[in-house]
Amino acid sequence: MKQVMLYSVFNRFWHWMQAILIVGLAITGMEVHGNLTIFGFESAVAIHNFAAWTLIVLIAFAIFWHFTTGQWRQYIPTSKFLSEMIEYYLVGIFRNAPHPTKKTELSKLNPLQRLTYLFIKILALPVQIVTGALYYYYNNLAEAGSAFANLEWVAVVHTISSYSLIMFIIIHVYLTTTGHTLTSNIKAMVTGWEEIED
Amino acid sequence: MNLKNAIMVLALLTSVYTMATTADHTKFKILQQEFKSGPEVTKACLSCHTEASLQIHATKHWTWDITSHQDQNLGKRNVINNFCVGVEGNEPRCTSCHTGYGWKDDSFDFSSEENVDCLVCHDKTGTYTKFPTKAGHPVLVDTKFKGKLFKGVDLAFVAQNVGETSRATCGSCHFYGGGGDGVKHGDLDGSLLRPTRQLDVHMGIDGENFSCSQCHSTDEHSISGSRYDPLAIDHHGIDLPTPDLSASTCESCHGLSPHVTVPKYNDHVDKVACQTCHIPYMAVERPTKMWWDWSKAGKFDENGKPITLKDERGFVTYMTPKGEFIWEQNIQPEYKWFNGNNKYVLPGDPIDDSQVVVINPYEGSYDDSEARIWPVKVHRGKQVYDSKNKTFVVPKLFGKKGSGAYWKDYDWDKAIRTNAEEFNFEYSGEYGFVETEMNWALNHMVQPKEKAVTCNECHSREGRLAGLAGFYMPGRDSWSWLDILGKLMIIGSLLGVIVHGSIRFVASRRRNS
Repeated sequence: MKQVMLYSVFNRFWHWMQAILIVGLAITGMEVHGNLTIFGFESAVAIHNFAAWTLIVLIAFAIFWHFTTGQWRQYIPTSKFLSEMIEYYLVGIFRNAPHPTKKTELSKLNPLQRLTYLFIKILALPVQIVTGALYYYYNNLAEAGSAFANLEWVAVVHTISSYSLIMFIIIHVYLTTTGHTLTSNIKAMVTGWEEIED
Repeated sequence: MNLKNAIMVLALLTSVYTMATTADHTKFKILQQEFKSGPEVTKACLSCHTEASLQIHATKHWTWDITSHQDQNLGKRNVINNFCVGVEGNEPRCTSCHTGYGWKDDSFDFSSEENVDCLVCHDKTGTYTKFPTKAGHPVLVDTKFKGKLFKGVDLAFVAQNVGETSRATCGSCHFYGGGGDGVKHGDLDGSLLRPTRQLDVHMGIDGENFSCSQCHSTDEHSISGSRYDPLAIDHHGIDLPTPDLSASTCESCHGLSPHVTVPKYNDHVDKVACQTCHIPYMAVERPTKMWWDWSKAGKFDENGKPITLKDERGFVTYMTPKGEFIWEQNIQPEYKWFNGNNKYVLPGDPIDDSQVVVINPYEGSYDDSEARIWPVKVHRGKQVYDSKNKTFVVPKLFGKKGSGAYWKDYDWDKAIRTNAEEFNFEYSGEYGFVETEMNWALNHMVQPKEKAVTCNECHSREGRLAGLAGFYMPGRDSWSWLDILGKLMIIGSLLGVIVHGSIRFVASRRRNS
């Protein structure tokens, strides 16, 4: 076993900021949708918009970081060990079987993570950003006679996509407990250091 | 730019308001005489203001007759309402609010210049009052009406103290529509004589102190703004430098995108009238009538005397001649789509008496680009109609005993028949009572912005706009399938991780033991 710096400062900042922003967006989004009453509709909208813009700026920095550091390669999907990973979560984990894949600095993500995070990066978040913009600028679109000026369908897609992100967060948080110890993964995302096998 | 224009308009209005006059009417010889009647005063007025009566003759204040943009002959003369129903046969009472003298029946001469009442609008003394039952004439000696003293009017004093119209002169009729203070409108009543800024941000005496005519701008005595021919959306905006005579709209001064600090509010103005958010409650300080059931009229006590019942506030809830009333104070309006088209059901028009008849249905929907959501006082009640012909009828209510007037003779059949014969409308001889609704869009008692309706009062599941259909509104609307899907996804994943975690926990326990 050795200690390696797996998550750089920016990597961790980006991760936790994104986590806070998405949770905030989910809560205020639910309020805008009428499921919750916490801040009041007007404040919920204001917080939601502010968080959305902040997230977009953060994502812009993250994209720059991914490409300059080459970290984008972490998300190249692979089918190698994919079925083993699924089998591990369904069976092996209960029998204390070893992880089918090894974490390395060059490959931090298992094949299921690669697929899931790639899905979030190229589908879920872009859908949220695009439908969110269509939602907020609905009036300007309607004025311009745009075919996208349909608040109802924009809201449906935005809401479904948000549910999928909430679902992701629940499962993601749970799966952090499946490291060497219950908290080792979370510790690593906080300190950056993780113990990995030689 | 908009803000600058608005400030300019305000500055202009304020300067007009405080402008001193160049004429002292007390010095006019012709006004220093003992006037015997209102028309004598008018003749004196006309000796200088030569065109005034002719201008008045062209206005709806005089004709009570206006052709709407939908080509209906409306105006007080032609429509019915669900208060005292209609003018025909009841003139001397109704025309106490006519800007003229002597319209006591059909023979009134609408071309008479001296019969125009200048004083009712231009009195500055507060002593000029038209007597309730004298077809627009004031009394010159003290006279009682229903226990209330009407002081004899000193016409010379009033004539020498004329000036611009005021909240008091306009209010002398418009605050009392329906027969009493605040009865009819819900947004016009005696509380506007000296309102606080909290009640009316424009008229507040501790604020802008506007008079009615500051918004209801006039040209040749024709006053802008009409309930019969309303403008539900003003695409023109600020009226300077070329007034379009729609100065009574909010947009005339505030422009088309008036919200500066929260621009998102401006995204609402295409679908939501300003009044909807800025008149959060109606009848704020005085109750307004919400229900008038004529079918309950005509009950007497055990001694055969008419009955009057009052609620705890002292407002009449039952009167033998008029039936049953419900009053409400400081209440939320109802909300309706309205594009400015409100075709009236007129006397003689067929009605469907199997349901509530809306006398002036508001036209409009989300898909109608001319329609916006408006706050409305809906006045409901039951009124007499021809139950065989299925038409509204105007009963004779006011008159002497034996004239057929319901308020004296208490016989609906006779009250309708008398009017049918005199005004030549069809009456089958069968009458009944039909439930009706009337829409009164709210425009006045605009409150300070701090009191405006907040976002979540509408953007919530059971908010103020819960009753409006045909469009998606954030916070209000959802879809049951989406809610179920969301619950499945969130609860499903929570259950999934709990089950997975529990199995892990149990499995590791077993391994360790």
